[in-house]
Amino acid sequence: MASDTLARTGSGTLSGLDALDLATQEKAPSRLGRLWSATWPKIAALALALGIWQIVVWTGWKEPWALPGPVTVLSDLGSYLLTSALWDGLATTARRAAVGFAAALVVGLLTGLAVARIRVLRAALGSMITALQTMPSIAWFPLAILLFQLSEQAIFFVVVLGAAPSIANGVIHGVDYVPPILIRAGRNIGARGLNLYRYVIAPAALPAIVAGLKQGWAFAWRSLMAGELLVVIATKTSIGAQLTYARELSEAPRLIAIMIVILVIGLLVDSAFGAADKAIRRRWGVLDQAGN
Amino acid sequence: MTSTTTTPSSVTPAVALDGVTKVYGRGAQAVLALDGVSLDVAPGEFVCLVGASGCGKSTLLNLVAGLDRPSGGQVRVAGSEQSAGLMFQEPALFPWLTVAANVELPLRLRGLPRAERKERVAELLRTVHLGEFGGRRPHELSGGMRQRVALARTLALDTPVLLMDEPFGALDAMTRDILHDELERIWSERQLSVLFVTHNVREAARLADRIILLSSRPGRIIYSTRVDIPRPRRIDSAEVAAIAAEVTDRLRTEVGRHGQ
Repeated sequence: MASDTLARTGSGTLSGLDALDLATQEKAPSRLGRLWSATWPKIAALALALGIWQIVVWTGWKEPWALPGPVTVLSDLGSYLLTSALWDGLATTARRAAVGFAAALVVGLLTGLAVARIRVLRAALGSMITALQTMPSIAWFPLAILLFQLSEQAIFFVVVLGAAPSIANGVIHGVDYVPPILIRAGRNIGARGLNLYRYVIAPAALPAIVAGLKQGWAFAWRSLMAGELLVVIATKTSIGAQLTYARELSEAPRLIAIMIVILVIGLLVDSAFGAADKAIRRRWGVLDQAGN
Repeated sequence: MTSTTTTPSSVTPAVALDGVTKVYGRGAQAVLALDGVSLDVAPGEFVCLVGASGCGKSTLLNLVAGLDRPSGGQVRVAGSEQSAGLMFQEPALFPWLTVAANVELPLRLRGLPRAERKERVAELLRTVHLGEFGGRRPHELSGGMRQRVALARTLALDTPVLLMDEPFGALDAMTRDILHDELERIWSERQLSVLFVTHNVREAARLADRIILLSSRPGRIIYSTRVDIPRPRRIDSAEVAAIAAEVTDRLRTEVGRHGQ
């Protein structure tokens, strides 16, 4: 093909260049290997925490009825998992979390979009949203109880106030940081008005929005737990209410078992958001070498 | 002061700029980016705009692409409402879409039915020799390949006019040479009118039917020359070098003016 080069470089050279360019890409490690390397440090940390806990109990720093050891607590957790009280409480709590978070999602997305688009609203609300974020959610409860008495509405009120600002901030941040070149390219290929939002701005803002959702969830879950501890509705059992009962009855193993349940749920949902975030970044090709 | 270059033919030009002026900002801070630029691009003509920094080359392309409005004068582009495809130095591909979906988006926005879109995407990817790469993500491709995807996406607009803003500026020399050949082939096959901005004078001599030199701050047309070297050309040929030397001399004189 050497005689070809004088006139016009054939597509052979082109595909040769392409092949050379792509050959440098590394092969990813196996799925199982990745899973193991991500899991073992967590298992080790958990074992370490349990070990320290057991040592503190052995030193006799507190009476065993106030601070039971891990073995007592874990066996209580085992029997707690078999009670209907846990699952009834979990159902109530999960429903509240889902409804509260969904309401926060709607409020947060709409507020975020409005603030990102409308200049006056940004001047008026931009810093207020961040200020709302710094307000500890438990400080809202006295007002919430005055407004809604000891009811679920009081809990929802605080959950939405806790989570919506983070979600709104995620949306604002996402829309603000869409690379201008993508918007120019989008407009040039015919995406204008609503189509520009649908096909360019929304997908480009998605990583920041998911980060906002993740943070919003953390706030929602904390607010919900605070709410369930304070606003105990006698006819409805919930995880938070059971935690309060356990303290009132001085059932230390049960109290810690419930705390473990709360921790695990929070972690599970958080890791679901984390997985979504990672999947997006992998698609975009912005995942770093360590896979973070 | 108005500088004018027009095409000799009497047919309706593909792009017509008439006394175009662009001012950024207001009052004392106002910057005159373009000053009375008049320029016609004939159908099927390949015009290269050359100039040093601050000559308003990119401003001019934005005006032709309809992404910005002139402060004075008129910009007319032949064809319908979406009449000029624009390519940048960066590929500006959408990272959340596959290569095929990137090329498909302009077709989808024009409301083409799914079967037709699929056919057109395959044809466009073959045109830029990326037929097997439709399922990849942009980040999996090299810079030159991404720029070819961007070209396919722009061609999907089916506009008679192609605007290119230093599209090969970030590529290595070998890839750039090959893409010159590819662009020349696609331009002649599709009978496009091209307005190509570059600061690389050799690239301009390699590609253009006509080279137009813009002055800096404000941008005005100061020189225009036809390139009558028969195609296909080589960037390292003596004829291309001679034209490039001539344009470079003019460019240096213009840049030197700002140092005094």
